[in-house]
Amino acid sequence: MSFVLNDEEQMLRDSARSFLSETAPVTAFRKLRDENNADGFSRELWAAMAEMGWTGVLVEEDHGGVDLGVSAAGLLLQEMGRTLTPSPFLSTAVLAATALRVAGSEAQKSAWLPKIVAGETVIGFAVDERARHNPEHIATTAKKQGNGLVLNGTKRFVANGAAADAIIVVARNDDGAPCLVLVDCHHKGVSRTARRTVDSHLPADFTFDNVQLDGDALLDAAEDTAGAIRHVLDVGRACVAAESLGVAEQAFDVTIDYIKEREQFGVPIASFQGLQHRAAHLLSEIEMARSIVLKALRTLDETPSQAPIWAAAAKAKATAVSRFATSEGIQMFGGVGMTDEYDIGLYYKRAQAAGEFLGDDAWGAGQVAKLSGY
Amino acid sequence: MSLETFRKETRDWLEANCPPGMRVPAKGEADICWGGRNWTFASDDQRIWLERMAERGWTVPTWPKEYGGGGLSKEEAFILKEEMKAMKARSPLDSFGIWMLGPALLKYGTEEQKREHLPKIARGEIRWCQGYSEPGAGSDLASLRTKGVLDGDEYIVNGQKVWTSYADKSDWIFALVRTEADAPKHLGISFILIDMDTPGVSTKPIKLISGKSPFCETFFDDARAKVSNVVGRPGQGWEIAKYLLSHERAGIVSDAVSGGLNPVGAAHLAGEVDEKGQIADPILRGDVARLTIDALAFEATLRRVKDEADKGEGVGAKASILKYVGTELNKRRHELNMSALGSDGLLWEGEKEEDGEAARSWLRSRANSIEGGTSEIQLNIVAKRVLELPGT
Repeated sequence: MSFVLNDEEQMLRDSARSFLSETAPVTAFRKLRDENNADGFSRELWAAMAEMGWTGVLVEEDHGGVDLGVSAAGLLLQEMGRTLTPSPFLSTAVLAATALRVAGSEAQKSAWLPKIVAGETVIGFAVDERARHNPEHIATTAKKQGNGLVLNGTKRFVANGAAADAIIVVARNDDGAPCLVLVDCHHKGVSRTARRTVDSHLPADFTFDNVQLDGDALLDAAEDTAGAIRHVLDVGRACVAAESLGVAEQAFDVTIDYIKEREQFGVPIASFQGLQHRAAHLLSEIEMARSIVLKALRTLDETPSQAPIWAAAAKAKATAVSRFATSEGIQMFGGVGMTDEYDIGLYYKRAQAAGEFLGDDAWGAGQVAKLSGY
Repeated sequence: MSLETFRKETRDWLEANCPPGMRVPAKGEADICWGGRNWTFASDDQRIWLERMAERGWTVPTWPKEYGGGGLSKEEAFILKEEMKAMKARSPLDSFGIWMLGPALLKYGTEEQKREHLPKIARGEIRWCQGYSEPGAGSDLASLRTKGVLDGDEYIVNGQKVWTSYADKSDWIFALVRTEADAPKHLGISFILIDMDTPGVSTKPIKLISGKSPFCETFFDDARAKVSNVVGRPGQGWEIAKYLLSHERAGIVSDAVSGGLNPVGAAHLAGEVDEKGQIADPILRGDVARLTIDALAFEATLRRVKDEADKGEGVGAKASILKYVGTELNKRRHELNMSALGSDGLLWEGEKEEDGEAARSWLRSRANSIEGGTSEIQLNIVAKRVLELPGT
């Protein structure tokens, strides 16, 4: 396993960085927020991502994707973290695409993956039913009824839920085992409530009230559906950890720039050891997060059976480090760090939300203990 | 020879030559072979293992053959390490000569110095210690005052060193001595090799909170050292010392990872686990899990820095990040180990050999973030060299 980026990955990162900083800088995110954009992201940007092949990063070539792997998806999200770029990339191109890949039949893949690659659809991935992430707390049921299914239950805070055309729902079948069901958001019996969150994203809550579905709504091509769901979640965790890392890196960079410029007592405040040691400690923590996030992404690509502990540990570390980096950022910016005008507060908010998504540091620590057998 | 062939031959040789007593992990300080004029082997196996490995140059696998090394490439040395690890073979010889002086001599030494000193280090015949810190020169090491005055082809050395690891057991010392009285602080220091048997050199052990005395004070009273024993140019000592400190930091860092200390095992030992084998106290369990996460991140960082170095990206000041994080992590690991052991961890001595070891190694770990440059000095280096923050 290599801990350095190869040439292809470096090119991808560099092109993503220049594209995002030109097309989707933080000012673009502010504009979406201030105009109360109903989707929570820019449709033009989503189309542009499709044009560049990003939407197909985890889709096999047979279905129109470029299949660059989880590491590449993580790199892209890391860059989006830097610019706070909201998009359906994580929900649709990562979670939904991976779910279809590992659990979808050929017919289901052919129906949905090309649409994802083309940027023509937004698909949410609905797992949580309570306030805190816990993929074992699934009460939603998908019971057999004739040749079809009937879905009942609720899902909360489905990412990109407000704009989603369809969602993939984690439910329990007649045996109580977890299963995956793909549901059109406009299907009879599905109701949706959009939720604007602190980071100006637009997830939605869903209620399923006797939703009658055809049998082909079930994604059951995986040999081990429960394992497939865990894999989808681990891919999502490693990728959102990469986004958190990008948030931390950029927050740190702007903070360092600021303390070098800001003068008090006639000198740059960066010359004070009280800030220097905190900054150096913070950089050390970011370096640790970089390594473990890369390790988790690479493990998912190369030896996925070993990935669960790395995905949980990387998610925990990236969550903690991004929250720490952004909170230290506000403190070092001082009063202006509390204003809406400065970006650091936006990073702080995103760090909180991305950290919660698919499990925060406390959740990750619990998983690590469990997976380590203690 | 292909690497695969090398691996096979190495494995076969190790199988045939590593004595059984050297295939169980070292339990502590007492099992480490340091070598030296006065070394007493703990067992025949320890002696045989050193002799056989030294014969092949494998106590210092990457040093050139003409200086007693194995002449192995980085890849081959890595394979040797892996194969030794696979059969749980102990290191045949550990010493400051190997970790620190050797690399400095290879880079800065004259041909004569290399031929004189390196083979003896490789064979474990001479044990070295490091004379850097002084009572008045700790973090501000360059303010050191031990001075050498030129007298013909010799320096007359006077002064005191402190925290000299194992000085009382060592044969030679590499010391920083101010020889250029008029030069600026950092440019007046020379790196001198001094035989500890020289008249005027004496040592005194320092008792630590662990009850042990791995460190000494070392005194120089009109001790004479040949000018030919200066490594590099007179006045180049600070540069060499800095180069060498990076090797010391790497050593301390690898300790932090390879320690093998595990609070989970400690909880089992103390009987503080539930029927499922989970650490019984849920908060302690959480703390251990967070430590595990940080240890995994640190381990991944070591790998990343190594890969970056192989690719030609300098490690540079990143060594300071590794030293800082690694030592703080090691201290945390020992603290949690003590918590997991509860009262059992408080034992100072007892019937069994390992009684008292947990407390003593916990106490020893406190030094990790002081020796080789304190955590605060590492943070200063990161702030200055990596982040380029302005000075006050």
